[in-house]
Amino acid sequence: MPAPGSVLMKEKSGAIGREVLRGLGTSLWFCFLTFPLLAVRVNTIEKTVVWRLSNMVWVALASFFLAISWRWLLSRRERKTKRRDEPRARWLARKFSGDRRLGAAGMAAVMAFALAFPFVSSMYQTSLMITALIYVMLGLGLNIVVGLAGLLDLGYVAFYAVGAYSYALLNLHFPWYGFWMALPVGALLAAMFGVLLGFPVLRLRGDYLAIVTLGFGEIIRLILENWNAFSKGPSGIANIPRPSFFGLDLSLHQATLYLYFLMLAVTGLTVIAVMRLRASRIGRAWMALREDEIACECMGIDKTRTKLTAFALGATWAGMAGVIFAAKTTFINPASFTFMESAIILSIVVLGGMGSILGVILASLIMILLPQYLGAFSQYRMLLFGSCMVAMIVFRPQGLVTASRSYRYVERFGGRKAKDAGEKAPAA
Amino acid sequence: MDGSRSNDLILDVNGLRMTFGGLCALDCVSLDLRPGEIVGLIGPNGAGKTTFFNCLTGIYAPTGGEIRLFSPDGKSLRINGRKPNAITRLGLARTFQNIRLFPEMTVLENVMVGRHCRTRSGILGALARNRRTRDEEHRVVEDCLAILDRFSLSRSADDLARNLPYGLQRRLEIARAMATNPVLLLLDEPAAGMNARETRELSALIRRLRDEDRVTVFLIEHDMKLVMELCERIFVMDYGRNIGSGTPEEVRRNPQVIRAYLGANEDEKEAPERGGDCLS
Repeated sequence: MPAPGSVLMKEKSGAIGREVLRGLGTSLWFCFLTFPLLAVRVNTIEKTVVWRLSNMVWVALASFFLAISWRWLLSRRERKTKRRDEPRARWLARKFSGDRRLGAAGMAAVMAFALAFPFVSSMYQTSLMITALIYVMLGLGLNIVVGLAGLLDLGYVAFYAVGAYSYALLNLHFPWYGFWMALPVGALLAAMFGVLLGFPVLRLRGDYLAIVTLGFGEIIRLILENWNAFSKGPSGIANIPRPSFFGLDLSLHQATLYLYFLMLAVTGLTVIAVMRLRASRIGRAWMALREDEIACECMGIDKTRTKLTAFALGATWAGMAGVIFAAKTTFINPASFTFMESAIILSIVVLGGMGSILGVILASLIMILLPQYLGAFSQYRMLLFGSCMVAMIVFRPQGLVTASRSYRYVERFGGRKAKDAGEKAPAA
Repeated sequence: MDGSRSNDLILDVNGLRMTFGGLCALDCVSLDLRPGEIVGLIGPNGAGKTTFFNCLTGIYAPTGGEIRLFSPDGKSLRINGRKPNAITRLGLARTFQNIRLFPEMTVLENVMVGRHCRTRSGILGALARNRRTRDEEHRVVEDCLAILDRFSLSRSADDLARNLPYGLQRRLEIARAMATNPVLLLLDEPAAGMNARETRELSALIRRLRDEDRVTVFLIEHDMKLVMELCERIFVMDYGRNIGSGTPEEVRRNPQVIRAYLGANEDEKEAPERGGDCLS
């Protein structure tokens, strides 16, 4: 009778052998698929065929190792879900939220970095950071609609466009109309468009809602592109003034600095607002709507009003971000508001983790900053982006940061529960 | 809204009719409930019991007939075709046959959603978090913790609802319905899937709700033992019709009810044609 250890060894080596065989199969299949494209080159002028078999070797090797590591990651993930103990990420999060001092120190460090950033980096990077912060704001706004209320909105960029164009057009027709007056107007107009979109889609959910919102986004863009008398068409609007600072003339450098700090403040306000909304009566109604529409109605929540407020409030942030975007670039045209933008904002929300504020901030910084710093890979940007998305969906569908979807009311509102549990424990 | 006064009724349903195209799910169902009663609604599968509940709570707009809800001061209100949230505000809360909790929210949040229609703070309050909003929020949390306490759920207040065991999920659904301060509580098969002990606890709980909160309870149930010992009156439905009503004793002896449950035998020919369209 063989020792139990050797049986285990045998089993293990058998499993490895199977994996290697599978990897070989995958690499053969890839070779077969890419053979006509990568290995055969027909020179039509000299009428010769060049065989580039070295390419095949590369394809085979790459697909072999990719296949093996892919399957290894998958099996690891399966084992993890089987084990069912507390994931490390959540443990870390608890540690952070539990230890107030650590959390406060982290916050202070981030703040200090954010405040010092423009002074230690170039203007180009500061301007890049402004763009990233605009996307943070857009992501947080869309997070209300998609993450909290569960309404899949693929035309979110329309509200961004409404904000940007409201400032540009107001300034075009009334040159005295400044940035600070445009900010609330842009937000309000975007909210109105949010309600406007909300009404026809009240009865829709899921895929149908996504299609209608997609159409809405395209309608806004097409109007801006084709109604020349109104929006100057594809040539766009130029010479939009930067934000004014008590009527002072700012150099480009100063203006960028100013815009950076302004954006930082607005983003901070957005974070606070979204956090407060999430932990409020309205936020609970949104979440209930996301979870179960019928039960939500039967608990006395007005479905119509709740949906409309979600659309309107989500759009408000996009409108403000639009005004700031117009002020930053000083030139806007409809090409800035394509479906691609909506897709990027939505992928920020999904990548970050639906409903998670921290996740959205992280994801937008990654999505906007990383491509700029990976200039060497610029040709393969979309390829990398796509494969990252696929990997995310397979391995971490809940996003980078798992949303602490539940607001800990009990912790916040006194130790009533703890006291009760303490009283009950000896009796039980 | 009219002022016809009647102090001994809380709900009056008259000739309620609900058709889906040619299919007649409810045909002239009439029923009345008195304050503080526990009333059962029984009938074979597909008899239209849940459809009846859906009409009462506004999920369906009835095709015909009348549903009147009487407020404590005796005023009556026609509630057909009102929206579900408006009906809940008027004091009619319900649970569902297949549990419909908010799975990704905590137990406490589930109950807090129930308080939604009794509170008023809006967007501006939430953003400013002013004194009134904070006070209201505080009160809601306190109230809901008290409700959870009464339902012995306070230990799992911070757990996600989907992680609760089945029996507790059922109980949480009732707790959530009670958070809306109802005068009439509709329970759709509350004991489904429960074992004997859980059913006994449920029955005690329902009695307590009636005695302490003065809630009228109207429940659909298949567990005959529970229905017979808990309910003071029972309505029986079959094929969208009301085929009998009365005390448990009367219902048990009602020949039509026996036929509906055990199947017709020699007088099959005389039985009314079942499931036909009600337009004929």
